[in-house]
Amino acid sequence: MAEVRLRKVVKRFDDVEAVRGIDLDIADHEFVVLVGPSGCGKSTTLRMVAGLEDISDGEVLIGGDVVNDVPPKDRDIAMVFQNYALYPHMTVFQNMSFGLRLKHYPKAEIKKRVDEAARILDIAELLDRKPKQLSGGQRQRVAMGRAIVRNPKVFLFDEPLSNLDAKLRVAMRTEIKKVHQQVRTTTIYVTHDQVEAMTLADRVVVMNNGRIEQIGTPNQLYHTPETRFVAGFIGSPAMNFIPCQLEERAGALSIRLTDSLAFPVPEAKASRYRGRAANGSMLLGLRPEHITEAHGHLEPGAVPFEARLEVTEPMGMETLVYFGVNGAQVCGRVNPNSGAREGAALRLAANLNNMHLIDEATGRVI
Amino acid sequence: MADTAIAAPAQRVRRRKYGSMSRDRTWALRWSYFFLTLFVIFFLLPPVYMLITSLKTSAEISTAANPWWVFNPTLENYRELVTSPQYLGYFRNSVLVSVIVVAVTMLISVPAAFALSRMKFWGSATLATGVFLTYLVPDTLLFIPLFKMFATFADWTGIQLINRWYVLLIVYPTLTVPFCTWIMIGYFASIPKELDEAALIDGAGWLQTLTKVFIPVALPGLIAATIFAFTVSWAQFLYPLAFTTSTEQLVLPVGIITSLIKGDVFNWGQIMTGALLGAAPPLIIYAFLMDYYIAGLTAGATKG
Repeated sequence: MAEVRLRKVVKRFDDVEAVRGIDLDIADHEFVVLVGPSGCGKSTTLRMVAGLEDISDGEVLIGGDVVNDVPPKDRDIAMVFQNYALYPHMTVFQNMSFGLRLKHYPKAEIKKRVDEAARILDIAELLDRKPKQLSGGQRQRVAMGRAIVRNPKVFLFDEPLSNLDAKLRVAMRTEIKKVHQQVRTTTIYVTHDQVEAMTLADRVVVMNNGRIEQIGTPNQLYHTPETRFVAGFIGSPAMNFIPCQLEERAGALSIRLTDSLAFPVPEAKASRYRGRAANGSMLLGLRPEHITEAHGHLEPGAVPFEARLEVTEPMGMETLVYFGVNGAQVCGRVNPNSGAREGAALRLAANLNNMHLIDEATGRVI
Repeated sequence: MADTAIAAPAQRVRRRKYGSMSRDRTWALRWSYFFLTLFVIFFLLPPVYMLITSLKTSAEISTAANPWWVFNPTLENYRELVTSPQYLGYFRNSVLVSVIVVAVTMLISVPAAFALSRMKFWGSATLATGVFLTYLVPDTLLFIPLFKMFATFADWTGIQLINRWYVLLIVYPTLTVPFCTWIMIGYFASIPKELDEAALIDGAGWLQTLTKVFIPVALPGLIAATIFAFTVSWAQFLYPLAFTTSTEQLVLPVGIITSLIKGDVFNWGQIMTGALLGAAPPLIIYAFLMDYYIAGLTAGATKG
């Protein structure tokens, strides 16, 4: 096992720069998830670590050694692909042992390792089957088994759950986490699904446009996003962004959304925003769960306001309500018993203790 | 009341629609069977005629009796050919040439297809198209230049290749290698890229990826290519006619014609028997490998 370091890594395809100088330190045993929209360079980054793509510029280090010119087979890594990439003509046992057989491991050792991996993944009874006789979830397990038996320095996962149906995806997510807790191998996991990223990762790397937007634990990314992109990408339903002005009158800060609607900035946040009033156009970032129905007693920082609902989506345990403010569609989450109806007005409360203010020009969270 | 009144016609409409679809299908099937029957008759008549004629004596063939019926069936033609050292010599030459050509073709075209479809090197796409284009040049255009080449080769080295059966081992691959390479490129291209990447990470080199992953996975395509190469080299007529002349150097298709037609005397019974026996080996191979052959031909089209 080993740590992985990326130093100013660049990948160019002809004229297009897919990865634009990435710096990333991944500690031993760590589970790091690269997440971002398609085309953000996350898969390319992973493939450069694997050695499947040449590195145009910069360095990749595995276990302290620069591996730029080391072929994939000598990097001591294992990779799980989105479409499983099992050898269709081999049984599960042969699939899992292929790498070991190529390296001429003794038969007894191969059997021991495969049995151990099959036990961890609960596929011991499938060892004699061919891939086409397996379900999607089972194939994914075999693909993971093929990685585990090699006992590599690093596991690389390239969107391994994208081909599974929603229910199985959740189950396999838990499975992957369990496996990592048992084998503790350094893992880099690529996905476009922010829920997968949040649930699996020790640290999440959010990528956009070939660059890293932010690196942090799932909670850090959720509660203290640094850019508008991260704020909008992490969390579902996504954070609301409402165009606003920051006003400072007689030492009191307030967020003006429309002529008739303005929220006072809570005391805890005020120091952060003081002196920024002249900044010009800004965005108020507020997660749907911080817009709820107004109770009789409001906690400090929560501001009541009236909204005419355009759409309601009952989810069972809660109801999502949508309404327009200053040209932006805003989503809130209310109690299903709050009486929210489409077309009707509802008294809501915005909890500004959890607000974010974003400079529209730079896209950075203030 | 109102509900049932609306529901009833709707149901009727649906039933009529279903009925018309199944009627369409029935008619489509009838037409396909009609044309299939036509084709079967068209393509099976010659071999059936050959079989009938091969069972007749020369005397019966030359009479004006019904040509579609055997009045005095005899196996004399078969007995004569099977015991004729000349005919067995043609057969042996054909088997030798075909088997060796198939082996040579596969040894060249499989690695070539692998390289052209997977190792992206400068000009690989152009080269792949070029390989196929060479197949499009008709052999009637090529045999004179080829003949000239062998003559020059003999002048330079003193090694005479013309009128030796093994000259066909050099000539036939010019037909089989391009086409087989093309088939295998298509087949290899349908194998997902992740499969060789997985093998690469598992520690396999190019050669191991080819032998342990690609060849087993592309086996149907490989068999289709093998059948093609065998059929071409078994049935090729023009090249052996041009390059071999001595009786002991001939292969079956040319041998039957040259030794069984004596001047203007056509020994029809034996010609038909010889052709029928000559057609047997490819037929047997087809019968056994049919499923693979079809899978191989349709593989590139659907990618599944």
